[in-house]
Amino acid sequence: MSLSRKTAVAGVYEHPSRFAPDKNMHQIMAESIRGALDDCGLTIKDVDGLCSAGIGMSAMGIVGLCDYLNLTPNFMDGTNMGGSSFVAHTAHAAAAINAGLCEVAVIVYGSTAASSRFAVGTGGGLGAGDPCHMFESPYGPTTVGAYAMVAQRHMHDYGTTPEQLAEIAVTMRHHASLNPAAKYRDPITVEDVLASRIISSPLHLLDCCIISDGGGALVVTSAERARDLKKKPAYILGTGETSRHAARGQRDFLEIAAHQSGRLAFERAGVTHKDIGMAMIYDSFTITVLATLENLGFCKRGEGGSFITGGRLRYDGELPINTDGGGLSSNHPGMRGIFLVIEAVKQLRGECGPRQVKDCAVALCNGTGGELGTRHSAATLILSNR
Amino acid sequence: MPDEKEKRRYAKPLPHIDEETRPWWEAAQRHELYIQQCRDCGDRRFHPRTLCTNCMSSRTEWVKCGGRGKIYTFTVTNQNGSAGFRDSLPYVLAWVELDEGVKLLTNIVECPPAQVKIDMPVEVVFDDVTPDVTLVKFRPAH
Repeated sequence: MSLSRKTAVAGVYEHPSRFAPDKNMHQIMAESIRGALDDCGLTIKDVDGLCSAGIGMSAMGIVGLCDYLNLTPNFMDGTNMGGSSFVAHTAHAAAAINAGLCEVAVIVYGSTAASSRFAVGTGGGLGAGDPCHMFESPYGPTTVGAYAMVAQRHMHDYGTTPEQLAEIAVTMRHHASLNPAAKYRDPITVEDVLASRIISSPLHLLDCCIISDGGGALVVTSAERARDLKKKPAYILGTGETSRHAARGQRDFLEIAAHQSGRLAFERAGVTHKDIGMAMIYDSFTITVLATLENLGFCKRGEGGSFITGGRLRYDGELPINTDGGGLSSNHPGMRGIFLVIEAVKQLRGECGPRQVKDCAVALCNGTGGELGTRHSAATLILSNR
Repeated sequence: MPDEKEKRRYAKPLPHIDEETRPWWEAAQRHELYIQQCRDCGDRRFHPRTLCTNCMSSRTEWVKCGGRGKIYTFTVTNQNGSAGFRDSLPYVLAWVELDEGVKLLTNIVECPPAQVKIDMPVEVVFDDVTPDVTLVKFRPAH
């Protein structure tokens, strides 16, 4: 049963804060929900579905959030698969709406990762409590290190260079310079990236996403209802999600979850790579973008290094990526999947001002959660304005 | 007791060993490295699990490894703020592929980080970090 074009993202809101020591994450979430409802002309009384996850939330955080918001929804999804969660929530909400479980779902994220001084990438790694943890944590894995090991293998197998990875960071910064809300807006060069200190080889400081506060929210409803609301709907064409891990010690670490989630999303959407006007690719690190583009099939495995060069990923290039400046330069409050969908919807509506992609009718979002070099999730979402 | 004192001095994370994985950790204490192999379908796995993820059989054989392999990938870690590791920078984190065909996450030791390379042959070193815990690490093969 195809879900294509039966549901839509009707409202979006990105919280403007990048450093908010005066707020907690629930305040950021509540303000984000208000913003997304205002964006499409609905009220909190219309909301009967709630999806959220967070690095600061408790195990039953979705219920605590219902309490804070005084909501008693008919559908709840607290799935936490890392930074990709909100892309997956969008798919889950679409399926729930299509199945009649709810009519208007809100997806929300909020975090004070920066002002609470979370060591997001250079702390003790992820997975405490998982069975694998005791075989990994004694050796000092970090999130940066896990991604760095994928970059190292890619460079070894295919001759990918630090300069090529750096170009991704330079492009994201260029986009941030066109986004007044972005945290870091001063242009950088490939030389700047290579001159920044190596956090975990071969990744430099400027190959890594920033840490900010922030949050955002989405409103998902039926296509029929979305058409009567304030903004042009972003129809949900296709979705996919899955995980990759060490595969009992037998994994090829350059084949990542996006390979499967992307294939599912393209098949279900009935579109091809040529149809994609812009893509939001989770950029926790530069290597995340390169590996994801290969695994989504935008180029062949091993060709990512040459594919990303020559301005191809710029907002005015052949395949615009992360036009908001991404996690590398705009915002990364611990998890950033929600911002992938927000920016894609704004691009489809033509609301992006100086960074607007021309004639953008179909957008792809690919969230990655966890670590490419140990275990991770991916969620892919394809949206269209028609 | 000196044992307790030494345990307190070791600041890095220690495994929370349970009954499922105790045989593996006890073997490491004897300076032996094992992986598991399914007695029904022959599928090999690491880390140890209660059943075969290929066919769900509980009939498990412990296979003793020769302790040799090669570096599948690695990173030289220059920044880690967590306890124990912040005092041992830089260190090498790596996935090592054993000759027996499975990969495990480990450290490369007894080698300057700048000389570590992918595909470098390595051999196991047993690091008795506390009286109760021995970690499996690797160094360049002799």
